[in-house]
Amino acid sequence: MNNEKNTREVAIQLSGVKKMYKLGQIGGGTLTADLQSLWARIRGKEDPNTVIGTDQRLAGKTFMALNGIDLIVYKGEALGIIGGNGAGKSTMLKLLSRVTAPTEGEIDIYGRISSMLEVGTGFNPQMTGRENVYMNGAILGMTKAEIDEKMEDIIEFSEVREFIDTPVKRYSSGMYVKLAFSVAAHLDSEIMIMDEVLAVGDMAFQKKCLDKMRDAAKQQGRTVLYVSHNMNTIRQLCDRCIVLDKGKVVFEGDVEKAIDIYMNRQMNDSTFRDYNDFARPQWLSNTKIKLLEAEFLDKNSNVFDETEPIRLRLKWENLQDVKNVGLRFELWNLEDVAQATYIMYDFYSGEKGQITEMIMEMDASMVMDADYKTYITFFNNSEFGGNTDLDCVPGLCFRKAAKVKENYLIWRPKVWGYIQLPTPKIVSQE
Amino acid sequence: MSNQHHTHITSHHRLLDLNLREVWRYRDLIFLFTKRSFVITYKQTILGPAWIFLNPLISSIVYAFVFGGIAGISTDGIPQMLFYLCSNAIWIYFSSGLTKNANVFANNANVFGKVYFPRLTMPIANVLESIVQFGVQMLLVILFLLYYLITGAVAPNWWAWLLIPVVLVHLGLLSLGCGIIISSLTTKYRDLSIVVTFGIQLWMYATPIVYPISQLADGTMKTILMINPVTAPVELFRYAVLGQGTFSWFSYGLSWGITVLVVFAGIMIFNHVEKTFMDTV
Repeated sequence: MNNEKNTREVAIQLSGVKKMYKLGQIGGGTLTADLQSLWARIRGKEDPNTVIGTDQRLAGKTFMALNGIDLIVYKGEALGIIGGNGAGKSTMLKLLSRVTAPTEGEIDIYGRISSMLEVGTGFNPQMTGRENVYMNGAILGMTKAEIDEKMEDIIEFSEVREFIDTPVKRYSSGMYVKLAFSVAAHLDSEIMIMDEVLAVGDMAFQKKCLDKMRDAAKQQGRTVLYVSHNMNTIRQLCDRCIVLDKGKVVFEGDVEKAIDIYMNRQMNDSTFRDYNDFARPQWLSNTKIKLLEAEFLDKNSNVFDETEPIRLRLKWENLQDVKNVGLRFELWNLEDVAQATYIMYDFYSGEKGQITEMIMEMDASMVMDADYKTYITFFNNSEFGGNTDLDCVPGLCFRKAAKVKENYLIWRPKVWGYIQLPTPKIVSQE
Repeated sequence: MSNQHHTHITSHHRLLDLNLREVWRYRDLIFLFTKRSFVITYKQTILGPAWIFLNPLISSIVYAFVFGGIAGISTDGIPQMLFYLCSNAIWIYFSSGLTKNANVFANNANVFGKVYFPRLTMPIANVLESIVQFGVQMLLVILFLLYYLITGAVAPNWWAWLLIPVVLVHLGLLSLGCGIIISSLTTKYRDLSIVVTFGIQLWMYATPIVYPISQLADGTMKTILMINPVTAPVELFRYAVLGQGTFSWFSYGLSWGITVLVVFAGIMIFNHVEKTFMDTV
């Protein structure tokens, strides 16, 4: 890695950066309303503009979107920034791209910075692709001469050459985004900031963009700051990662470790869950069964070893008469990709109001070492070959962790998948 | 790639930090903004840029009919159409710049919220757009002027034409200053954008646009007119083009004084709001 030799040179330094937002009424909306509030306060009366039901004490309170960030980003490194919603990622990028100023603290940036908090800023639907490239490029800080020089590359990269002199309002959304990204990708800046911009375009184009970014960081020695919820792109692009939580840096360092820290936070380690008050998803229009409880039986933790079966206790109520009910127990990885499913057809019929408790056992020996989220779904086969879901809830999470045995490989789910198929039988051998 | 480019960001802002060098670096953006507003305004219209002519032409005809015809307001012996066209050109130059700049933050919040560039580029581009618009309208004025020169109805002060650029800079600065003050306040108080629409109407009647200043007797109205910083440059402009007008060094000096004050106040408020307006807009 070439960031070893660059480690000394600082690209961005944040020291004690805080950003405060006011909660409640933000500075009023209209001048008359502000004067009204002021007048009421002078007379010691209640503010007529307070939203009814809000806590008075909250009105003056503040919210720290960033609460003391100290961070050094070195030249030529690709730094990933991850964290849940509201952790402060976007606020941090906004400060770095100078869209808004910090409340406290200092930021030093060495080099020209280009930020892509959004692709296609300043695009106007009436103007042609070419005109928009000039406009967008200039907004991002390029001069006309620089854009002229890069125009060919930009058009080439965008894959929309035939339509470059057509108003962009006639573009498909994919073409629009491709063109916009191409402009941003051809900036000459030493530091690039990107906020989820890769979550656009088709797969081939996404890969092309990632390659371009990696090339920028690894070959040209540029500094890349990348925010994403897609851990795969973080893995592909970044060589260092920080995890933000509640406006603070909670981890800084190795990418995989950072992802683990961020992911584990999302994994619930309880072995029992009560669904009485759980809000069902919107698309579930016709709930005929209501799952009340789910529990891993005889377990103190949700970690299962290699051969241990998963014993699950379910308790549900029939909201209507049901017939020929089936059950799915779906296993997803923490990156929200479905991996495998247990299924039972036609195992149950019952009357309205009836409460049933059931214990089931699942052979999990094929499920390999990783963390899993689950979904529990009751369904009916319809006569037309489709199926209707009667209830669907996110189930308990669990972890598979085999005891380490000699002469066995340590399972690598990212490369081999999450399921180990039965050992092949040798039919003949000579 | 050395440390040649260093940006330091703090919570503090300097009172009169204009950073004109940065604005200059973004000059291409200013021209593109200017060009864009023309392209957008006239794309998919049948008459296209002809609207720049039609707009003042029609309103001048209406003025000539209402103020000249019905109300019988004198134009100091200047042919009515020429008088109103000339007044309109300079007033539209000022008011269009002001209107656009008064909404510059609110209208561009989506762009300002996503990427940094010197915010001042936008108001400057707005004034440039008004200058181009003014140039086109002047062609119309000159066309009428030629006709009346041949008939001998007007006698322009040719030497004073040299002062027209000064008038443009003067009114440009004034509209920029007023505009950015209003737009800085509109980020918090949306009321102001409504006030601006009819405020500009009122301002026009407090400026000798549809009547010459010589029509007024001394009194409150005349005092208001003399304090109004737009009056002096407008009169100077008509003095040059039409050879008519009441020009006084006192009101001209006062007007410049107010303009400088407004511009400085504007920049100060602008600097204050610029960095964090995204949090309130």
